[in-house]
Amino acid sequence: MPNEQLDYSLAHLEAEIVLLGGLVENAIFKTIRALRNRDLELSREVIEEDDRIDDLETKIQNECVEQIRRQAPLAADLRRIIGMMFIANELERMGDYAEGIAKVSINMGHEAPLKELEDIPKMADLAVSMMKRSIDAMTTSDRDESARIALEIENDDDEVDRLYAKVQNDIFTLVEDDRERAVRGTYLMWAAHNVERVADRATNIAERAIFMSTGVIVSGNADAQAAVLG
Amino acid sequence: MIDPIITFDDQDLVLEAENMSVRYGSTLAVEDVSIQIPRNAIVSLIGPSGCGKSTVLRCFNRMNELIPDTHVTGSIKYQGVNVYGADVDPTDIRFRIGMVFQRPNPFPKSIYDNVAFGPRVNGLTDDLDRVVEESLRRAAIWDEVKDRLDDSGLGISGGQQQRLCIARALAVNPDVVLMDEPASALDPISTQAIEDLIRELSQEVTIVIVTHNMQQATRISDYSAVMMVGEDRVGHLIEYGTNGQVFGNPVDPRTEAYVTGRIG
Repeated sequence: MPNEQLDYSLAHLEAEIVLLGGLVENAIFKTIRALRNRDLELSREVIEEDDRIDDLETKIQNECVEQIRRQAPLAADLRRIIGMMFIANELERMGDYAEGIAKVSINMGHEAPLKELEDIPKMADLAVSMMKRSIDAMTTSDRDESARIALEIENDDDEVDRLYAKVQNDIFTLVEDDRERAVRGTYLMWAAHNVERVADRATNIAERAIFMSTGVIVSGNADAQAAVLG
Repeated sequence: MIDPIITFDDQDLVLEAENMSVRYGSTLAVEDVSIQIPRNAIVSLIGPSGCGKSTVLRCFNRMNELIPDTHVTGSIKYQGVNVYGADVDPTDIRFRIGMVFQRPNPFPKSIYDNVAFGPRVNGLTDDLDRVVEESLRRAAIWDEVKDRLDDSGLGISGGQQQRLCIARALAVNPDVVLMDEPASALDPISTQAIEDLIRELSQEVTIVIVTHNMQQATRISDYSAVMMVGEDRVGHLIEYGTNGQVFGNPVDPRTEAYVTGRIG
C-alpha cells in the first residue's frame, strides 16, 4: 500500500530542490563571468535574480512544514523531509554568496582586477560541480552510491581549500610588493572567500544526503567515511 | 549492524518472554516471540491489525486463559518466576500485572466501589478511603470526582471512565500495567490526559501498551516492539528497540514500510 500523497509530495519537493540547484548554478557562473569580464550590468542582474532563489527556498520550506503537519512522517520519509529543509537552506545561502561576489564586482567599478582571474573561476567550477553532485547524492535511492558521492565531495572540498590558500598567498605577495594594491587585493579576497563558502555548503548538502539515506548525522570527512563503511 | 531485537541482559527485567507461541485451538496466532521488558520502562507494541499484539499482551498476565482452547508455549517470566508455573495462581498474577482495555469498562457500581473492588477482594477493609483517594489521585481524576464518589462509574465521561479504570488497576498496587489501546476510543483532550498519566505512572510502574497510533507510541514510550503477520498468517516480533531506531531509522525493511504507512 503506497502512501501516494506523501510519495507525490516528496517527489515534487525533490524536483524543486533540483530546480533551486539549477538557479544557484546559474547565479554562480553568471557572477564569475561578470567578475571576469567586468560586466557590472550582469552583476546587477545576479543581485536581482537572487530574489527568485529566496522565494523558491521559502516555498520549499513551507511545503516541508505542510507535509510534516499533514502526514506526521516517520523513518525515511521524515529524514527526507528534514534533509530537504536543510538542503534548501544551504542552496539559498549559496545564492547569497553569488550575490556577494556580484556586490564585490560592482564595488570594484571599472577598475581591472589586481591579477588575472585563474584560480577563482577554477574554484567556482569545482564548487558548482560539488553542488550538483551533492544533489545527485540526495536524489539517488541507492545509499551506497549516495555515501560514495558524499565522500568524493568531501575530498573535492580539500582541493577548493587548497586553491583558496593559493589565491590568498598570491594576493598577499602582490600587496606586500606594493601597498597601493591593498584595496584591489581585498576585493579579490572577498570574491575567493565567497566561492570557498559555496564549496563548504556543498559538503553540508552531501552530509545531509548521508543523513537522509542512513539516518546518521555526519560532519567532516572521517565521519562520512565511518558512515559509509559502518 | 544493529540487532533488530534489543536485549537488556544487565538490567532489572520485570517481564521476559522466551520463544513464546500462542495457539487458539489449532490456529497458531503468534510464534516464537522473545522480548524483555525492563523495570519502569514504557514499551509500545505496534503492528497492523491481526498481527498478535493483544495476544502477546494478554499472555503476560494469563488473560488469554479466559479465551477457551488457548495454548501458550515457551516461557514467560515475571520477576524471574514462570507466570504459567503449576503453583502460580493466575489471580495473584493479575493483581501484580494489571490491565486496562480499549473501551473503558467500569463496573456498574459507584466510583468508590469500582476502585475499592480489588482491595476488598484482597481482604483489605481498613483504610479503604485512603486507598481509594490515593488511587484516584494517581490516576489524575480525584479532583473531578471527589464530590461524587457515590455516583455510578458509568455516569462520567469516557475519558474519566478510562482514568477510573486505571485507578481501579492501581488500587491493588500493581508492578506492571498492561494497556490495550487505552486511548483509541477517546477524544484528543482525554487522550492527552491519559498520555500524561502514563508518563507519570512510569515512575512507579512498568507499562506495556498496545497502540495503533504511531505518533502516540513515539510520544509516550521508551521502546517499541513491532509485530507483523507473515505469509503464514502467523504473528512474529520483527523489531524491538528504542523509538529513535524504530521510528527514525528502522533495521527491518518491514518496520520501515509499516511506520511510513506503506503497509498495514
